[in-house]
Amino acid sequence: MSASESELKEFRAEVAAWMKDNNPLDPGFLLPQTFMEVGDERQLEFLREWQHKVWAAGYLGLAWPQQYGGGGVEAVFQSVADQEMRRAGVPICFNVIGLGWAGPLINDIGTEEEKAKYLKGILTAEDVWCQGFSEPENGSDLGNAQTRAVLDDDEYVLNGQKIWTTMGNFAKYMILLARTNPDAPRKYDGLSFFLSPMDVPGIETRPIRKITGEFGFTETFFTDARIPADCLMGEEGQGWKIAMQTLQYERGAEAGAAGGQSMVRVTVDDMISQLDGVTRDGESVLKDPVVRDQLVQAIMEEKAMILGDRRSHIGALTSDYPGSLPLSNKLRATEMTRRMRQLAINLQGAQGALYVGDDEARQGGFWQRAYFNSFSATIGGGTSQVQANIVAEHILGLPK
Amino acid sequence: MSVLGNTTLSFSEEQSMLLDVARQFCLDKSPIARVRAQLETDTGYESALWDEMVALGWAGIALPELVGGSAMGIATLVPVIESMGRAMLGTPLISSALAAQLLLRAGSMEQTERLLPDIAAGALATSALLENGDWGAETVELALDDERIMQGAKKYVTDASVAALFVVPAMHRGDLALAVVRADQLADGAVRPNTLIDQTKRSANVDFSGVRVDENNVITGPKVAQALRDVRLLGALLVAAEAAGSAAACLDTIVDYLKTRKQFGKLIGSYQALKHPTVDILIAMDSARSFIYHGATLVGDEPLDRDAEIACRMAKAHACQTLLYAGDRAVQFHGGMGFTYDCDAQLYIRRAQWSQQQFGDAQHHRKRLASLLLG
Repeated sequence: MSASESELKEFRAEVAAWMKDNNPLDPGFLLPQTFMEVGDERQLEFLREWQHKVWAAGYLGLAWPQQYGGGGVEAVFQSVADQEMRRAGVPICFNVIGLGWAGPLINDIGTEEEKAKYLKGILTAEDVWCQGFSEPENGSDLGNAQTRAVLDDDEYVLNGQKIWTTMGNFAKYMILLARTNPDAPRKYDGLSFFLSPMDVPGIETRPIRKITGEFGFTETFFTDARIPADCLMGEEGQGWKIAMQTLQYERGAEAGAAGGQSMVRVTVDDMISQLDGVTRDGESVLKDPVVRDQLVQAIMEEKAMILGDRRSHIGALTSDYPGSLPLSNKLRATEMTRRMRQLAINLQGAQGALYVGDDEARQGGFWQRAYFNSFSATIGGGTSQVQANIVAEHILGLPK
Repeated sequence: MSVLGNTTLSFSEEQSMLLDVARQFCLDKSPIARVRAQLETDTGYESALWDEMVALGWAGIALPELVGGSAMGIATLVPVIESMGRAMLGTPLISSALAAQLLLRAGSMEQTERLLPDIAAGALATSALLENGDWGAETVELALDDERIMQGAKKYVTDASVAALFVVPAMHRGDLALAVVRADQLADGAVRPNTLIDQTKRSANVDFSGVRVDENNVITGPKVAQALRDVRLLGALLVAAEAAGSAAACLDTIVDYLKTRKQFGKLIGSYQALKHPTVDILIAMDSARSFIYHGATLVGDEPLDRDAEIACRMAKAHACQTLLYAGDRAVQFHGGMGFTYDCDAQLYIRRAQWSQQQFGDAQHHRKRLASLLLG
């Protein structure tokens, strides 16, 4: 049975009212704009409490099955809730690797036991999840992952190192890509996929200090760490296939995410309004002809993103290079964001050189920090350069 | 309210079918060899091909049924012109369609009913909008005196050598007016063809001095200025559509070469120095298509509103920059071949320079967008 217009409208009003009443006030410290920026316990506990509250109110995991803590209703309800969260400007639902990647994966291909064990804790934020894909020597070349998993009786023994583990120091579970067969003829066929506990002797994390000066990622070391054999998802050798499916959720190409905002959206409007009061040559920076031209180009770039999304739903207008808009989405969106934030600082005048911690920094140094953090998206999940290769090879058919 | 404003984009079933037909027609009828065969002819197109386009109803697609058109709206020309751009298919369709829009938007009932049926049936018309190289010029010097005798000239009038009808902005009794001039009223030697950078296009300087305009062919009134403003925006949108199509064709040309040409033992398309800019062209072309169909969503027969104006200007500013980049890289990526006249890259780099200068370049439109968006 499909939801009626009036049901959705009523639900939207309900969510909007709830968000308005429950939007937490300024906690007194800069909150993470994305889930990759959770740097300390204070931020973690704040966000954990917020996500739990959203779930308890019935606005998270709406399309996940009821017996696992979900709402058991159509996904359209979650879309409505997400839109209202964005509109209200509430904090993010930070457990993104669980909500957006591991959760849908377990929902789609997990066993009953796995679903019962993991899904509810993802929604309530009790169980924070992290991802163990990238390695120091294999960043973009994921298929070459070397972390070893060796079956010993009813346990796998893990040895190796992962890096860029978002919230690795806070996580209870990790989705882990490890090599069970180093002799497989194709490197991909030697990989297996694990739902691994983190609280195990032999698994250690070391926070990485980012260019912002803050924390958010860890290095993760495996030294003869033993995890139960039933942590293996699917069968040995299916790791690459399952990892690729996970990336589909991550890139938004496959539905199933529990919902919630994974990042605070920053728009070109925010970029322009932060210039209130900034002068150049003695008058508003918005009157400077060179600046105006740069702002128009930034506006056009963001508008093109939105229009591209609209057009991607019209088959007749996407027939020449099918898939080009969705496949280039990450490349376009992350590069646009990086450029826009760089411009935002550039236009601040001498104040642009101030950073978080200086009480004269515009908006507390928000744009400086946001610019630095934007590289997490142009690098993480496949660098822009690798993304460009993917688009060139898959859409244009250019040779490797 | 977001500075991004209106972001609607829709495409009807009818437009969809038209796009299919236009794509196929242009593909079949305008292979590059046939385009090249017209580069040095006087008119720049085959009249038999134009007749086929007229038979498909394209000349009157945006005109009312009353005058023999199919009343599908000016937006319907976007998929047609984009398809033509993709095949580098010239013909005076844009010139004729815009002249017809001027008449439709500013003319009296009597004038539209008298003048438009011929255009819908394939007679060629054009509008003479420039007196110098400045698309931002606000004044009109060409005069139409009380005796309706014209004094002055217009520049860079597209398809002037073949047009049967000219729609000409003129100052008449202190106000902006449109004079409708028949080609047979022009003096000998009044049309002096330009040598254009894009050899698929034709234009000329036209001296209208001494022409006595028929009494019923003078269009006056408050709608004239609005119609001129709207037609410039529609012109920008249609040229943007054509440029977006040409950019797509240019991209295909680059990709074909990158997939076949070998250097240092490898296909050159495997080098990221060529691969990544090619992806940049794809992305820019994708945005150009989004902008032109957004524009097509917002323009109609009524005067263009602020949202439509923004859409047309963005489409022009973006699509022509895209084609400039694509054409420029097409030459470079073809190496020594790219420097030759025989390489198709020259068609695109030339088209790019032509398109950029029609109805205002990217800077012209961004300057106006700044006023519209930032106050």
